[in-house]
Amino acid sequence: MSMAFNPALWKPTALLPREEAHDGALVFVVAVLCFLACATAIFAISADRAAQGWANQLQGSATVIIRTKGAESPDMAASRAAEALAGTPGVAQALVLERAKAEALLEPWLGKDGIIKDLPVPRLVTVELHPSSPASAKTLDNALRAAGIDATVDDHSLWMKDIIHAGQIARIAAISLFALMALAAASVIAFATRAGLSVRHDVVEIMHLTGATDGFIANLFQARFAAMAALAGLLGGGAAALLAAGVRLLGGGYGLIPVLPISWLDLLVTLPSPVIAGLVAAIAARVTALGLIKAMP
Amino acid sequence: MIELADRDQIETIVRFDGVGLRYGRASETLQDLSFELKAGSFHFLTGPSGAGKSSLLKLIYLAHRPSRGRIELFGQDIGRAKRKDLPFLRRRIGVVFQEMHLLEHLTAFDNVALPMRLAGQKPATYRTDIAELLHWVGLGTKMHAMPETLSGGERQRLAIARAVVARPEIILADEPTGNLDHEMGQRVLKLFTELNRLGTTVLIASHDLDLVASSGMPAFNIENGRLTSPFMDGAADDPADDLGLVASGEPEFIYRRPLSLSENDSLKEGLEDSGP
Repeated sequence: MSMAFNPALWKPTALLPREEAHDGALVFVVAVLCFLACATAIFAISADRAAQGWANQLQGSATVIIRTKGAESPDMAASRAAEALAGTPGVAQALVLERAKAEALLEPWLGKDGIIKDLPVPRLVTVELHPSSPASAKTLDNALRAAGIDATVDDHSLWMKDIIHAGQIARIAAISLFALMALAAASVIAFATRAGLSVRHDVVEIMHLTGATDGFIANLFQARFAAMAALAGLLGGGAAALLAAGVRLLGGGYGLIPVLPISWLDLLVTLPSPVIAGLVAAIAARVTALGLIKAMP
Repeated sequence: MIELADRDQIETIVRFDGVGLRYGRASETLQDLSFELKAGSFHFLTGPSGAGKSSLLKLIYLAHRPSRGRIELFGQDIGRAKRKDLPFLRRRIGVVFQEMHLLEHLTAFDNVALPMRLAGQKPATYRTDIAELLHWVGLGTKMHAMPETLSGGERQRLAIARAVVARPEIILADEPTGNLDHEMGQRVLKLFTELNRLGTTVLIASHDLDLVASSGMPAFNIENGRLTSPFMDGAADDPADDLGLVASGEPEFIYRRPLSLSENDSLKEGLEDSGP
């Protein structure tokens, strides 16, 4: 072996030992963190989209509850209300909800047999608003008053607030979780760098005493851990993409459950995972390594 | 980059002035050290184990900072040097560590290449020279060997090759013959003597008084962290004569082409004959 050695073909070997015993475990832990971070990001986007969709639906419509007065029948009052609302600016369409549909809405609370024929089921008018310039609840109310109809306008603002609030909470929670994962990954890398420097203290010391600059030594650890974290990011991000793809395939465009309508484009969020993981690791390793090396004279 | 005095004008490579060294809260390991090493000098540093020989060397190769006093290296006050400048000073010092401190995961060739790589030189500019140097120290057939497969003598020669490959202006050797038999010790000493003849300042820490006596080199003794014998400048005499060695080749030529050591037959023979 040694006789065949040709100095002219020699290429410098990596100054840090190529593999450490704990490398596999480190890649696994960082990959799990990356998986969780990517899955969090995908599901946050998905939940945000669901909330946005619901908000749009609610924002674009209103429900009018008709109360009859005098001898006018409920159906007649509802028809008049629909007619009055249809001509109001900002309303695209106003339709009377048939009694059967109104009863169906009450069924979950009263049961199938709970609705007796004489029960004064309120008649509803669903109003579809113009997307660009929707009529306000007050406009609708004024139109109904002008037509002499006793009614209550529900523009869903009460629900809207809750949904928007829920969407904001989901978004903040996702960002916090993502930051937490990144911090955890950085901490793991910093810990591993310390361990690496400790285990390879002899190598670091020899290089230090032979004239290596602090930056040169830090670069070695930075490159090593960035490469490992990038691999972990690839594995973790890939696993999250596979999970999301599985959910998309099983649940279709509307998602496996209504709050997770996953789009194929959402999978793109896993693409930066190796880069971000590598970057976080590089910074963590460099800062840690420099801190430890500077403790040397 | 640190401002360095003109290399040719530096007369004093190392100057200690009232230097003390304390580890933590313990009492001083080294006390009131004051001496100079002139350029081109050769000295032994003797003393019993624990006297402070290694600590003194560590101060010179900047592994420790003194707790008091002033140290000058190559005319620069170390206490005032910036941290970023220290690596460049270290590159001017070749160290043969007592435990050799070889990088066990690198081949013999890579170990010797380390100082050149750290200095940012391109492989094409030094790989042939390293091969030549390894042949010269008798490891020509073991360039690709891992240090753990080498004998004690081979490891010692590898450590020496690494210490001299980057043309250091001073060589510090901590018990370089500690693990060697007498004959091997003499041969290693012959190497240092020859390098000194070529202009390199040499300081060897050794507790082998027979080796020191046989060398005829000046020595100073350290006991309980204090120098106990007068310091003598070893540059005046030609130590090779004391050893009965005859150098071949021109020192200037080898210093201009420091890795073309095959010109120096006396050294080459001395090492290749030494065996493991």
